[in-house]
Amino acid sequence: MIECDILVVGGGPAGMAAAVAAYDSGVKDVIILDREPELGGILRQCIHNGFGLHKLGAELTGPEYAAVYKDMVTERGIKVYYETMALDVTNDKIVTATNRNGILNFKAKAVILAMGCRERSRGALNISGSRPAGIYSAGAAQKLMNCEGYSVGKKVVILGSGDIGLIMARRMSLEGAKVEAVCELMSYSGGLTRNIVQCLEDFGIPLYLSTTVAEIHGDKRLEGVTIAQVDENRRVIEETKRYIECDTLLLSVGLIPENELTKMAGIEMSAVTSGALVDENRQTEVDGIFACGNVLQVHDLVDYVSDEAEIAGNAAAKFVNGTLEKGETVNTTAGNGVRYVLPQRVHKTSKEDIALFMRVTEPFGKVRFTVKSGEEVLATAVRLKVAPGEMEKILIKKEKFELINGDIIVSLEEI
Amino acid sequence: MKRNLTCIVCPRGCALEVEISEGKCTVKGNACPKGETYGIDECTSPTRMVTSIVRVSNREDTMVSVKTSCPIPKDNIFDIMSKIRNTEIEAPVKIGDIIIEDLYGADIIATKEIV
Repeated sequence: MIECDILVVGGGPAGMAAAVAAYDSGVKDVIILDREPELGGILRQCIHNGFGLHKLGAELTGPEYAAVYKDMVTERGIKVYYETMALDVTNDKIVTATNRNGILNFKAKAVILAMGCRERSRGALNISGSRPAGIYSAGAAQKLMNCEGYSVGKKVVILGSGDIGLIMARRMSLEGAKVEAVCELMSYSGGLTRNIVQCLEDFGIPLYLSTTVAEIHGDKRLEGVTIAQVDENRRVIEETKRYIECDTLLLSVGLIPENELTKMAGIEMSAVTSGALVDENRQTEVDGIFACGNVLQVHDLVDYVSDEAEIAGNAAAKFVNGTLEKGETVNTTAGNGVRYVLPQRVHKTSKEDIALFMRVTEPFGKVRFTVKSGEEVLATAVRLKVAPGEMEKILIKKEKFELINGDIIVSLEEI
Repeated sequence: MKRNLTCIVCPRGCALEVEISEGKCTVKGNACPKGETYGIDECTSPTRMVTSIVRVSNREDTMVSVKTSCPIPKDNIFDIMSKIRNTEIEAPVKIGDIIIEDLYGADIIATKEIV
């Protein structure tokens, strides 16, 4: 049994930032487990720029952003187990992992879950047709192109207009492929406006909204897809079916937090975020187990992942030192126009301002968010435009905590 | 000539209408002065950062990611891409190493360390 103060599962942006924050809060005995041979997680394949504007004040590429944190981990001498896959986490903080040396057992005083997320696959979509080569999740294609140098395809259709799909539309165009279409099931894109402009409009790639891939054609290699518009119940409208010849289909249809370990530890989950239920310290319902980054909620900016991981890392250090907030919490809930609020519960005895993170249910124009507890208003915020693809953050000032007299509800109204 | 653009300076994403006549741009639809600057720049001298990869010849199946050291004229993107594609380098490479010098006012620099 390898004993340590804090064990971090995952060496991506969340795991690295959490480990560094825990170390800087005074707990030096920190271990990171990473299943890859190198720290950095998904950032290693995200070679485009746009990372770090909020957090580091510079516009970096993914590998550069990862390198900043990798250096911080190395400088502090934080121990990393590479190519080591955590298989089990128990609620008394025993973590079983495996690598080429065999099975390893860790016993930690606190565990930080930072496993990230994975892509939804074709299986989850029920697209009919054969199973030829040439169908990739957008992230798999990104790894093949950017890390291993393969050309993935020449004529491409992309299903899903999330950011990874948009980034890959540009990437494949730059490498000489023809991207015939990006199809989006919803009536709006889930991607950032900046990506729609710079990844699609720049290259003349059409974005078809309320459109899906209805059929897949081809035997050994993909030969084409049938796309079709969908009605308000997202059912295919037969007469709009149209064949597009292509050799590659990329799926960018959503991300799923990778919470198998969380569930093994018996931690209560949110059905909306598919991540653990946490308090403002990112502590789960199990004392001493924390979660942060995309395993907790899928983020759109890595900067916010790092912020969240620092909260978890600092809190885990406090837990080890016995100074972490205990006591009663109140729940936060999503009201009108809001899909979820995270953290799902907060201590009204917290000594610092509490930031609530949320996503809206659908795109709106100008809105006012109101954070209420009973009849008391704890915070309001006005936004000129909101969309489900962009996470919102609202701060409750600590002076307002004494007004809390029951569940906290966040809702929005159009103004 | 009229051009319709979406401003990307902030998440609001104003729909801009830029009127270009006799070398002068007039921007409509912007909610703030930044939108006007964006609209004029996009119609007169649009620039973009380019990111790609370069093969590392002395390491098996290894690519190093690269970027332009500053934004380059949008019209030169594909020319720069073909020069990047025809380049190979040898490891070790450090972040910030110059891989190709001076293409349209920018250097192509490494964004990843290969030991």
